[in-house]
Amino acid sequence: MNSDHLSIALFSVVVAITLYITYMASRYNKTTADFYAGGRGFSGLQNGLAISGDYMSAASFLGISGLIALSGYDGFLYSIGFLVAWLVALLLTAELLRNSGRFTMADAVAFRMRQRPVRTAAATSTIIVSIFYLLAQMVGAGILVGLLIHAESSAAKNWTILAVGALMILYVTVGGMRGTTYVQIVKAVLLMSGTILIVFLALNKFNWNFSHMMGQASDNSAKAAAAAKAAAHKPPGPAPEYLGPGGKYGLTGTTKLDFISLALALVLGTAGLPHILTRFYTVPTAKVARKSVLWAIGIIGSFYLMTLVLGFGAGALVKDRKAMGAGGNLASPLLAEEVGGGKGSNGGAILLALIAAVAFATILAVVAGLTLTSSASFAHDLYANVIKKGECSEAEELKVARIAAVVIGAIAIVLSMAAKNQNIAFLVALAFAVAASANLPTILYSLYWRRFNTRGAVWSIYGGLITCIGLIIFSPNVSGTRTALFKCSANAATPTVCNGGGHDWAWFHLTNPGIISIPAGFLFGIIGTLMVREPRAEEKFVELEVRALTGAGAEKATVH
Amino acid sequence: MTQLDEPGRHAARSEGVPDGYQEIYDSPEFAELRSRFRRLVIPLVVGFLAWYTLYVFTATYAHNFMKHEVWGHINRGLIFGLLEFASTFGIAYLYSVRAEKEIDPLAAELLERFNSRAGGE
Repeated sequence: MNSDHLSIALFSVVVAITLYITYMASRYNKTTADFYAGGRGFSGLQNGLAISGDYMSAASFLGISGLIALSGYDGFLYSIGFLVAWLVALLLTAELLRNSGRFTMADAVAFRMRQRPVRTAAATSTIIVSIFYLLAQMVGAGILVGLLIHAESSAAKNWTILAVGALMILYVTVGGMRGTTYVQIVKAVLLMSGTILIVFLALNKFNWNFSHMMGQASDNSAKAAAAAKAAAHKPPGPAPEYLGPGGKYGLTGTTKLDFISLALALVLGTAGLPHILTRFYTVPTAKVARKSVLWAIGIIGSFYLMTLVLGFGAGALVKDRKAMGAGGNLASPLLAEEVGGGKGSNGGAILLALIAAVAFATILAVVAGLTLTSSASFAHDLYANVIKKGECSEAEELKVARIAAVVIGAIAIVLSMAAKNQNIAFLVALAFAVAASANLPTILYSLYWRRFNTRGAVWSIYGGLITCIGLIIFSPNVSGTRTALFKCSANAATPTVCNGGGHDWAWFHLTNPGIISIPAGFLFGIIGTLMVREPRAEEKFVELEVRALTGAGAEKATVH
Repeated sequence: MTQLDEPGRHAARSEGVPDGYQEIYDSPEFAELRSRFRRLVIPLVVGFLAWYTLYVFTATYAHNFMKHEVWGHINRGLIFGLLEFASTFGIAYLYSVRAEKEIDPLAAELLERFNSRAGGE
């Protein structure tokens, strides 16, 4: 059996199901509350599944298991950060945002403030975070689909990106939040079922002895490292750490600091991601928002536990480590092939195609959520409230939202094609770092600090945003290494040192800026706030706090 | 200074607090609600951040401690990481149980009072 044809058939099934859902949901999109918030009628379980579907991106499914397969324990650190982050959302933001906001992040943070400057800032940061996140997903889709159906040419990647982009525009403009939510629910169920199946088969191969699986993966890693050294005519030294921490991030003081910076961005970024935050608006009450986060923590936590088995399982069972790709992104699909009976067997072909389709569904659901959130922010914040100063009919706003989805989708397609051969890991890390530096301080201050005002909000958003992106530009992600956006010359001494050859302006040596830019975002908010007093913002804190804690005056579910 | 509100929402007011909110805000029940919320949330937030920080620093700077194998290839690092999962599930569960018991009834009572006094929607 040919896994290429099977992959294409299963991809088509995924696309057909999601398009049908979108078509069914389209009949309900009459008001802005329907289009942006799905009528606020979802249950805790439904929204919990949708949050999980929105959050478990290609980076989670393919990236983390790949990191664990290749680098061992250090990949596990991502799983922990991505999960613990949900406690920030559960305890500090989800319920209060549900009560105080309406459709976008700006609705909540501009509640007490002067609308135009704060909405402009919040919309800018929403769109920037979402586009970086989108790029990572779409470039990932291009690489993944290209490798899986053995079409690795540049044109094939472009066609994949174009197809994914066109689908996401269709889901959003036709299905709105309701359609997007059902797509995410279906994806979450598919992803969990597919993962459970592979984990079951992988553990079964080791008679359910996880320690044995870890040992086998560790042996393979040591052998691969020794073979690489021999091939490069280097003396055999000790194998890099695999089962304990430090294999990837423990080499020098700088990489250790880089890990701490990453850990900070991961744990504080989630609660500031606009496409996650808007999911809290799709339920009728704050109590249901809490329930949905509880479901999400259960589902996401179980999933990340299983990534350990996917990662170590791939490390132990997949013989051809090169086939996993440089970042290990194909570890999970190759593990599926292996536990199904190996290359060339029918079982292997079926499972490989199945997991590839699940990964494709994963990407589609995440890009739809991102496009919806950024186009909503453009139409509702920038167009209706800043440009039209609130004098804009719902029908007009909806039209603009749909046009914005097409335009943002087109921008993402073009940028993804330009970036299709780049390292994608830094785009996701940047999205998390921007969310933690620009969005989280503003959200927390506006909910909990009475004295906080317009200037503080504007300063913390732009301050966090500019610090974060500025540091990224001068980081090794952008220049000075062989894997950077602007590569240094191929004859550079090592992958991390340019020695003046080619592009090198990386004076900031961490790949993740969080450790500087997150405190900077919080600090800018304090400085901006303390410079002026804004009596109206402090007065409106009364309304905000009562509304946030009791739900008095909060948006209600629409009834159909 | 231009003041812009959401279209259609208490559009007649450009200043001050809309009806009903100040009364609730000044009531002893609301003060109680706020203090219960803080007493519940602050210790949990401080706790999980400290516990996560401890994990991150141990994984970064105490490699020998973490790679000590306890059972087969299962080492302290893996156990510590799994404990982070367990504590996240535990804190989430604890919060939801206590919020349901200590926060929700009081919040519901105040919401009802707000809706009846303000002639609510």
